[in-house]
Amino acid sequence: MAGWFSENGLLLGLALLDGLSYAALVFMVAVGLNLVFGVLRIVNVAHGSLFAIGAYTAASLGLFLSARGLPPAAGYAVLLLAAVLVGGVLGPVIERGVLRRVYGQEDVLQLLVTFALFMILEDVQKLIWGVQPLFHDAPMKFLGTVDVPFGEDVIPFTAYQIFVVPGVAVATLAGLAWFLRRTLTGRVIVAVTTDKEAATAMGIDAAKVTLLTFTFGAALAALGGALASPTTSLVPGVGAQTIVLSFAVVAIAGLGQIEGAALSALMIGMGRSIAVYFEPELEVVVPYLIMVAVLLVRPQGLFGVVETRRV
Amino acid sequence: MTDAAFTRRAALLGAATAGSLLFAGGKAGAQQRPAELKIGITTFLSGPASVFGVPARQAAEMLFEEINKAGGIGGVPVRAFFVDEGPGTDHLVGEYRRLVQNEGVQLIFASISSGSCLACTPLSDEMRKTTVLWDCGTQRIFEEGPHPFAFRTQGYATPEVLAPLLYLLKHKPDFRSIAVINQDYAWGRDSWEIWKTAMDTLKPGVRVVAEMFPRFGATDYSTEVTRLLAARPDVILSTHWGGDLVTLVRQAAERRLFDRSTFVLPVAEASMQILGRTMPAGHVIGARGDHWNNHPRPKDPERLRRLVEDYRKRYNEYPIYPCHHMAQAISATQAAYAKAIQAKGGGWPNDQELANAFRGLTFDSPTSSITLREDGQGLEDQIVGMSSFNDRFPFAVPKDMVIFPAAMVSTPVGQKSVDWLKTLKPEILAQVPAAIAG
Repeated sequence: MAGWFSENGLLLGLALLDGLSYAALVFMVAVGLNLVFGVLRIVNVAHGSLFAIGAYTAASLGLFLSARGLPPAAGYAVLLLAAVLVGGVLGPVIERGVLRRVYGQEDVLQLLVTFALFMILEDVQKLIWGVQPLFHDAPMKFLGTVDVPFGEDVIPFTAYQIFVVPGVAVATLAGLAWFLRRTLTGRVIVAVTTDKEAATAMGIDAAKVTLLTFTFGAALAALGGALASPTTSLVPGVGAQTIVLSFAVVAIAGLGQIEGAALSALMIGMGRSIAVYFEPELEVVVPYLIMVAVLLVRPQGLFGVVETRRV
Repeated sequence: MTDAAFTRRAALLGAATAGSLLFAGGKAGAQQRPAELKIGITTFLSGPASVFGVPARQAAEMLFEEINKAGGIGGVPVRAFFVDEGPGTDHLVGEYRRLVQNEGVQLIFASISSGSCLACTPLSDEMRKTTVLWDCGTQRIFEEGPHPFAFRTQGYATPEVLAPLLYLLKHKPDFRSIAVINQDYAWGRDSWEIWKTAMDTLKPGVRVVAEMFPRFGATDYSTEVTRLLAARPDVILSTHWGGDLVTLVRQAAERRLFDRSTFVLPVAEASMQILGRTMPAGHVIGARGDHWNNHPRPKDPERLRRLVEDYRKRYNEYPIYPCHHMAQAISATQAAYAKAIQAKGGGWPNDQELANAFRGLTFDSPTSSITLREDGQGLEDQIVGMSSFNDRFPFAVPKDMVIFPAAMVSTPVGQKSVDWLKTLKPEILAQVPAAIAG
């Protein structure tokens, strides 16, 4: 019995390490989606496309610059650059060109519009990058691996996976919390999130805030994609896979909740990871089982607040 | 005069009659021979499986262009109608009917997905339309009932999985434990069932230390790789393909999993040029057939070279196995029309006559000859080898290749694969041909 606990305890340790890394990637995507919903009140299906385009841009830029002698360490700056480029260009175009026209419309119409946008952007990806898998793993290879003790054995993990990805996620969470609570712009965003009507009455330019927030959310989605790109292979449909899991995170967290997104991403990451070790058949459904369990107890999500209907 | 007039009248009448007969005959021929040979082709143009579907469409476009330049099939130019399998089987069933009823296609090439093929073959029965199964692999198609208008012009799951197992048993027979990591859908589950059934029959007692079926299209296998590193199986089987395989191999290679276990990757070929030098050497790789670019004994080396070079020039990449499968379907169609037209004394065949021509047909691919059995299943050889690198290709290709004759690794007509695999005897290993260095 002691042996069983000892062996499975070690496995559980590995599972938690894996879960942390996975949770960090999921959080990076979901947090932008959550932020955008908080301000725009639009469930943006095209968020997955921004993730994919961020990843493709990072990989393409990385490959292009590597071929021209860019040192591997500079690959991390390329990841950030890709996020800024995608967020800065596509964010305003989508918000001003499309979303602005459906604010305040029926939820179904908003969903259809963002879904249409998602489909269009999927085809744009195929037009630009084709259908063959694309990857650029220099940022992952640069840091090498770290041997984690496992009984008398060692298990190699990539340093990128256990340090960089969770590190960026923690920095994003802390940075966002600081930005939203300690800066004027952040407080203005929070004010619009809380009560757009009252904020507008007090002189806040809500249109500017929505533009800024969407651009920021788009950049976060693109950063998630860029961060994932060194470890994964980019193929058509990668955005669709991501957005589904992000919705589960947002539903568990409560729409508009940043810290909630972090906690729910952690729950999903750990739950999935433990399932892979101890009951692999449940791996696919674990995130959704967690979501159903949370929503049964708290329909508004872990951190969501019950909204009173205004008449 | 009278005689002369009679003769003139008779001659004119005769000429008119003969002319009208000739005209009628010519008209009847024109009615039967269409202005163009319309072929509906279902393939993935969207989603993760478009990594197969788009190259196959490219191959079809290139080959039809060549065929049309040379006068078409049976003198009729070919026109292809491509349909996307991406939206799912319900959509595809509607598209199949539209192609037959609205577009008037003479035959259909279906499909990449096994689910798509399972949906299309009953339609081929119902609509009596010749359907060439050009890429899907499920063994269920011809094992669960006859389909008189359906023909598969390549191998299928059973030989594609059994051949790598026999290769492993022959070349690395001492393994005692195995783990599987397959995609969570029909192919991933079926291929494991085929492997495990055959393995339990031929080498009982192998310990299965992990069975993992991550979701199709997963972007991260870190957790699965960690578990495999901890479990230390002697062999890891994965029938992953496309972007999923590329991601798995990269993540596993980076964390030295290839140093601890021997991988068996039956669908590796299509991902080798994407992986480049990332694919480690010394692991068992397959191609869902015999169409490796370094095939050691192609039946028609010039035709193989031309196909590879033409495709490379046009699309700036090597053709992968779906391109070869598409080429096989087109070759089979050319051969079937030639056979049917000959059988009809030069006339254009109807649907039944075309199907009759496909049955039992033998046609040449660039690498070998393929025969369609009486149940419609094609017998295609399988080449399996060890991943290695040489100066000819910037990516892994097999060495120590074994060409498995199709009949050796295919379920006999009328039997179900799982039942047949249980009857295999260890003596089959003695029949495995010798490896060719490559």
